[in-house]
Amino acid sequence: MGRYIARRLLQAIPVFFGATFIVFAMVYAIPGDPIRALNGERPISDSAMQQLHERYNLDDPLLVQYGKYIWGIVHGDFGKTFRGYPVIDIMKEKFPVTFRLALGAFVFEGIVGLFAGILAGLKRGSFMDNLLLISTMFIAAIPVFVLGFLAQIMLGIQFRIFPIAGIYNGWISYVLPSIVLGSLSLVYIARLTRTSLVENMRSDYIRTAEAKGLPRSRVVGRHALRNSLIPVVTYLGVDLGTLMVGAIITEGIFNIPGVGREIFLAIRGQEGAVVVGIVTAGIMIFIVMNLFVDLLYAVLDPRIRYE
Amino acid sequence: MRRRLRAPALLGLILALALVAAACGGDDEDGGAATTAPVATTGGEFSMSICEPESLIPQINAETCGSQVLKGLFTPLIQFDPETDELIYAVAESITSDDQTTWTVTLRDGWTFHDGTPVTAQSFVDAWNWGAFGPNGAGNNYFFGPYGVNIVGYDALNPSEGKPDAKELSGLTVVDDRTFTVELGAPFSEFPITVGYNAFYPLPPSFFEDSDAFNEAPVGNGPYMIDGSWQHDQQISVVRYEDYAGTPGNADAITFRIYADLDTAYRDTQAGGLDIADVPSEQIESGRAEFGDRFIESPSSSFSYIGFPLWAEPFDNPDIRKAMSMAIDRQAVITAIFFDTLTPADDMASPVVQGYREGACGEACTYDPEAAKELFDSAGGIDGELTIWFNNDGGHEQWIEAVANQWAQNLDIEFRFESMPFAKYLGLLDEGLDNELGDTDGVNGPFRLGWVMDYPSMQNYLENLHGTQAGSNYTTYSNPEFDDLIAQGKRATDLDQAVSLYQQADDLVIQDLPIIPLWFGLNQSVTSENVSNVIIDKFSFVDIARVEVVGGGA
Repeated sequence: MGRYIARRLLQAIPVFFGATFIVFAMVYAIPGDPIRALNGERPISDSAMQQLHERYNLDDPLLVQYGKYIWGIVHGDFGKTFRGYPVIDIMKEKFPVTFRLALGAFVFEGIVGLFAGILAGLKRGSFMDNLLLISTMFIAAIPVFVLGFLAQIMLGIQFRIFPIAGIYNGWISYVLPSIVLGSLSLVYIARLTRTSLVENMRSDYIRTAEAKGLPRSRVVGRHALRNSLIPVVTYLGVDLGTLMVGAIITEGIFNIPGVGREIFLAIRGQEGAVVVGIVTAGIMIFIVMNLFVDLLYAVLDPRIRYE
Repeated sequence: MRRRLRAPALLGLILALALVAAACGGDDEDGGAATTAPVATTGGEFSMSICEPESLIPQINAETCGSQVLKGLFTPLIQFDPETDELIYAVAESITSDDQTTWTVTLRDGWTFHDGTPVTAQSFVDAWNWGAFGPNGAGNNYFFGPYGVNIVGYDALNPSEGKPDAKELSGLTVVDDRTFTVELGAPFSEFPITVGYNAFYPLPPSFFEDSDAFNEAPVGNGPYMIDGSWQHDQQISVVRYEDYAGTPGNADAITFRIYADLDTAYRDTQAGGLDIADVPSEQIESGRAEFGDRFIESPSSSFSYIGFPLWAEPFDNPDIRKAMSMAIDRQAVITAIFFDTLTPADDMASPVVQGYREGACGEACTYDPEAAKELFDSAGGIDGELTIWFNNDGGHEQWIEAVANQWAQNLDIEFRFESMPFAKYLGLLDEGLDNELGDTDGVNGPFRLGWVMDYPSMQNYLENLHGTQAGSNYTTYSNPEFDDLIAQGKRATDLDQAVSLYQQADDLVIQDLPIIPLWFGLNQSVTSENVSNVIIDKFSFVDIARVEVVGGGA
C-alpha cells in the first residue's frame, strides 16, 4: 500500500514538468508584447519598457524563462503578475472561493444525483424512472450558460430569492452557482447510479441475499448499493478534481472571484506566471484526487488490493 | 497622450481608457475651503459596479475602473463641474503664469490627507517626480513628458538607454508649503485644465515608505477614505472623510463592487443587488423601457475614427479619402449595430469640448453615395483589393463589416480584413510610423482607432491625432500650418482666442481628412430606486459625492 502511494506520487513528477512546460510554452506563444497589452494605447517610455522586460525576463528565450520560473517554484516563489502581485497570494485568495463553490456543487450533485438514481434504479420502468430519464436528458441538453442565465432571471430577478452575483452575502451567494455548476454532473451521477443499481439488482448474489430472507434495506444498502457505487465514486472523485480547478463559465456568469475567472483573465492578459501557477496547482489537485479515488476502491470492494 | 480603446470586450472588461479627472464633490468652493461649513448630507450607503482596477496608485492607474475609485479617494488641484463643465479650483487656489511656460501653483490652506498629514506643495512635487521617474514604470509617466504637459527635466528621468541619473524633475520647484512652480518645455496655455487628471494627484509621505501597502489601502485627500483594504476581484469600500476640506459627499459609505462582466452587473441591478451599473449595448433598448427615468444617458468624450496610412497609395490622395468618408452611412450603422447609442461624428473633436462646431465636417461627413462614387472614380479609385485593419478583441467586427459593405456597394470595390489582438495591432501601427516610405508589410489600408480625451480641450483631440510626430498620430499626417496654429493656440493667453486658432487647425484637418470621423459616444447607466442625483460627467465617471441615497438600500 505505502509503496503503491509512493509510486503514484513519483509518477506525478514527470506529469508536473510536462504540464507546466506545455502551458508555459503556450502562453509564451501568444502573439504581442504583454507589457504593451497592459498599457493599451498609452505610450510607454523606452526605459520603463526595458525595466519591465528585465523584471519579467521577457527577453530571454523560452527555455531560459521556463528554467527561471521552475527555479523560483522550487524556492517557493510562484512569481509576480505584471502588476506586481505575488501569484501565490492570488492563489491563496482564489482557491478557497473556488473550493467553496466546488464543495457546494459536489454536495448538491452527490446528494440529489444519488437519491434520484437510487429511486429510479429500484423501481425500473416506473413513472419516477421515466421522469428522471426525461428531466436529466433535458438538463444535459442545455448549455451551462443558458442554465445560469435562466436561474438568474427566474430566481434572482423575477422572484428575488437568491443573490445572483458575487460572494457578498455569505454562503447564500454560493447556492445558485453551485446548483448550476453541479447540474450537469448530477445528470451523470443519477444515470450512472441507476444503471449500475439496475444491473446489480438482477445479479445472482442479490437473489441469494433475498432468498436468505434478509430485509430489503440490508439487501439494497449493504449488497446492491455498495457494489453499484464503484463507478459513481470514480466519477465523483474525478469530478471534484475538475470542480476545484475552477469553472470558467459559471464563475463568469455569477461573478465569483475564483480560479476559473482568474485563469480566463490571466490568459487574456498573457500573465504567464498566473496561468502556469494555477494550472500547476490544478494538476496537483487532480493527481491527488485520482489517487484518493483509487484508494477508495479498496474500501468499497475488498477484492481490490494494491501492491 | 494617446490611447483609448474598448479593449477585449469578451468579459466586458474595459481596459486602458486613461481619462482625466473631473469633478467629484466640488460644488462652489470659491472662498476659503478650509472652513467646512456644515452641509446637510443625505447619508445612507450605495453600491456601484466597476471592473478590477489595475492599480490604486494614481500615477500608475490609467483605466476607468480604478480612476472612478480614485476620484472618491483624492481631490486634485482642479476639477470640472459635471453639469456646466466649468473649471473649479479645488486644492489649488490659483494656477497662474505670465508666459504660459512657467506656472505658479498656489494651494489652499487646510487640506489634509486621510491620515491627518497636511497636503503641501511637497505632496504634489514628490508625487509628480515619482510618476515621471522612468524606472517606476508608472502608467501615467508620459503625462509629464513631451506627449503630455512636458515638464522640464523629463528626459533626464527617462533616458532611452541605461539608468537615469536624476530622480527629480528639474522643472519643479517648491517655493513654500503652499506654493510650487512648474517649468514647461514649451508654452501651454491650457496647463491648468490638465492637472485634474490622476497623474497629478498628491501623495502623502506614507506612500514613499511602502508603495505596495499604499496600493492596497490608499491614503488620499478626497471626500471618501478607504474602509479596510482593497478586496481584489470583490469590492472596495469607502466611507466619508469627516475632515474633508471641500464639499462633503452625500452618502455615508460607498461600495465599489468589482464585476468581470458588464452583463452580470446589469442583471444584478435588475435583481436589486446593485445601485449603479453601466448598460451593455445589447440591453440598451430594453433597459430604456424597463428602467424609465432611472436609465441615464449623457454624452461621453469618446470618438471613433478610421485612419488612413498616408504613406501608402492611393490613400495619399485626399479625394480618395473624402470619397470613402462620404460613402459611409453613419446613422444606418449606428441604428443597426449600436441601437442608436452613438451620434454620427461631424467634427474632429467631440461635442463635449469647447470649440466643437456642429456640422463642421460638412459634406465630407455626409452620406452621399452618388457623389462619393463620382469623386472616387475621378480620383482613380483603388487597384485590387482594399485591406481593412482592425483589432479583433474589442467588439469591432460587426460595424467594420457594415462599413466595408457600404464601401463595396457604394464604391464598387472588393475588400478583405486583417485583424489581430490589440497589442499586436498597435505594434504594427507603430511600425507604420517607422516605415513611411512605400512599406507594404505593415498596415497598408484603412484602420480603426478611437480616442477619449485626457482633459476637455479641442487641442487634446487635434494635436495628439494629427500633430507632426505626435504620440497617437498613426496616419503620419504632417501639416506645418496645422502645427503652427496649434502651437499658437497653446501660447494664447485668452481661451476664446485659443479656441478660434484650434478651429482653424480643425478646418485644415477636415480639408485634408487624414482620418474619417465616425461617431461620438454616449454613456448609458441604470440605477436602482435606492439612489438619485446620479450625474455622469464627460469623462464617463459618476460624480459619487453628489449621489443621494433615497432610502431602502440594495
